[in-house]
Amino acid sequence: MSFEDYSGIWVFIEVKDGEVVPVSLELLGAGKELADKRGTELAGVLIGENVKHLADTVFEYGADTVYVYDDAIFKNYRTESYMKALLECCEKYKPEVILYGATSTGKDLASAVATDLPTGLTADSTILDIEEDTGLLLASRPAFGGNIMATILCKKYRPQMATVRPKVMKALTPILGRTGRLVEEKTSLKEDDIRTKVLEIVQHTTKKVRIDEADIIVAGGKGLGSEKGFQLVHELAETVGGAVGASRDVVEAGWVEHHHQVGQTGVTVTPKIYFAIGISGAIQHIVGMQNSSLIIAINNDPEAAIFQSSHYGIVGDAFEIVPLLIQQFKQAFNQEVVDHV
Amino acid sequence: MLHIVACIKQVPDTKIIKMNPKTNTMDRASAPAILNPYDAHAVEEAVRLKKRYGGTVSVLTMGPPPAVKAIKKCIEIGADEGYMISDRAFAGADTLATSYALTKAIEKISKIKPVDLIICGKMTIDGDTGQVGPGIARRLDMPPLTSVNKVKEINVEEGYAIVHRKLEDGYEVIQSTMPCLMSVEKEINEVPYSTMTNMLKAARYQPIIWAVADLEDVERTQLGLKGSPTIVSKVWAPTKPSGGEMLEGDAAAQTEQLLNLLLEKKELFAVKGGSGVEL
Repeated sequence: MSFEDYSGIWVFIEVKDGEVVPVSLELLGAGKELADKRGTELAGVLIGENVKHLADTVFEYGADTVYVYDDAIFKNYRTESYMKALLECCEKYKPEVILYGATSTGKDLASAVATDLPTGLTADSTILDIEEDTGLLLASRPAFGGNIMATILCKKYRPQMATVRPKVMKALTPILGRTGRLVEEKTSLKEDDIRTKVLEIVQHTTKKVRIDEADIIVAGGKGLGSEKGFQLVHELAETVGGAVGASRDVVEAGWVEHHHQVGQTGVTVTPKIYFAIGISGAIQHIVGMQNSSLIIAINNDPEAAIFQSSHYGIVGDAFEIVPLLIQQFKQAFNQEVVDHV
Repeated sequence: MLHIVACIKQVPDTKIIKMNPKTNTMDRASAPAILNPYDAHAVEEAVRLKKRYGGTVSVLTMGPPPAVKAIKKCIEIGADEGYMISDRAFAGADTLATSYALTKAIEKISKIKPVDLIICGKMTIDGDTGQVGPGIARRLDMPPLTSVNKVKEINVEEGYAIVHRKLEDGYEVIQSTMPCLMSVEKEINEVPYSTMTNMLKAARYQPIIWAVADLEDVERTQLGLKGSPTIVSKVWAPTKPSGGEMLEGDAAAQTEQLLNLLLEKKELFAVKGGSGVEL
């Protein structure tokens, strides 16, 4: 393997409901920095059915080249079909780095591709850098439940690959009308080559705000004592129009479902306001919310670690503070509305 | 008859592990070694499928000799057989080298009894990658089914499985040929307390232990540290934030200060229901 044959930073462009998912745009932003540092190009690999027009978006967010596999066989994500397309593309154009969003799809695809190539794959990276001269990717990630950060290298193989947590990297401001080189690839895959079928896709039809997209999150921890006590979190969330978040302990106790879990083994969130109520602030929770714009912690233990990671802290009894806040908020909110009429 | 292999790992309990602040390393003695929590659900699911369709559940692990304890835990959950590969040559393996070694062991188990289904936990709590399961599937040329939160149907005669695969905002129903590999979410089942019979069986149970020399067609260059494309170059403790401002006074004074902070961001609350995305 001669490393000189490998060049270009690639981003796997994930498509959902006919649109590029946010993490892919974030990775184009991160990938652009790596590509500039290496003096190489940034490319997106776009796989799907009726996705060719999305290349415009990929160019606007920074890609120089977009490789497109647009075929009915790629209608739904399936490991085998997407993997084969990506492997073929890799073989043909030899990138030095491939980045994937750490989503169910991105992680599934990256794991399969890494095994077949074979090459090294760093999971759930949160910091990316590259050595200008050697092209060595420095992918760092929280490990051991967030207790440490580790930088992972892949010295002997190309391409180097990493999955990257959503909401950690920043997308560039799109330049409308920016364009690039579109490379359309044909696939020789036949339906019979693929051993899985997607029979149905069921989306949760909840009215609730999705936690990874919410501007406001009200999260609760074991300090609330019980599932009944946790209702306080639901009430405040409803009052301020936020999503409900939870610590791992709360999810393990079964007070709320797993998709509310914020942290290392849950979701990474970056809302504009994050309320942490009765959350002690274990490192594995902190890594999932520390980049929120405004963090407000309420806890009765003045020594709780959560206060170290908060912008504002209140030491007090949540069962006294929160109902009071809800009441004051409701009054103030109405007054604000009246003021503006 | 269905033969299911569940792949498991003994891990330090990362929830309570302590760091040595001087060396930035983990004090492994501070945390008990446990069966990786996700793997308990993998074994439980295998046991449930065995009850539904008949068959055998084997568990497989790679680890140092004390990892026998994790296998015994799986016997308590209801597994029938335990296999362990243990050898210094496996040490330092990353996900690629781990999936290689486990694949070699599964090939050997298959010769004893053909394998129809492999189940793994979603990830381990020490490695946190979720990459080993799909790696094994690719090496054995089985379809990898990740993020499985329900096994709807298995049809051994016709050779297919139907599962639910969890997505960010719902799930998809997938039909796959068998044999296949599933990595399962915690929510797929609840692991009940073990029965006295299983506990007694586990106490006496000794797994089959293989060294590298016991496996066939092994390329030693693909094992352990040597076979691992990734290396850890640097480890550091996450920076401790310095903390912010404490809001003082009685409850009413505290909430009033907080409210004033929120009112500075009132545009976020301008629409009833906030500006979050409604599905």
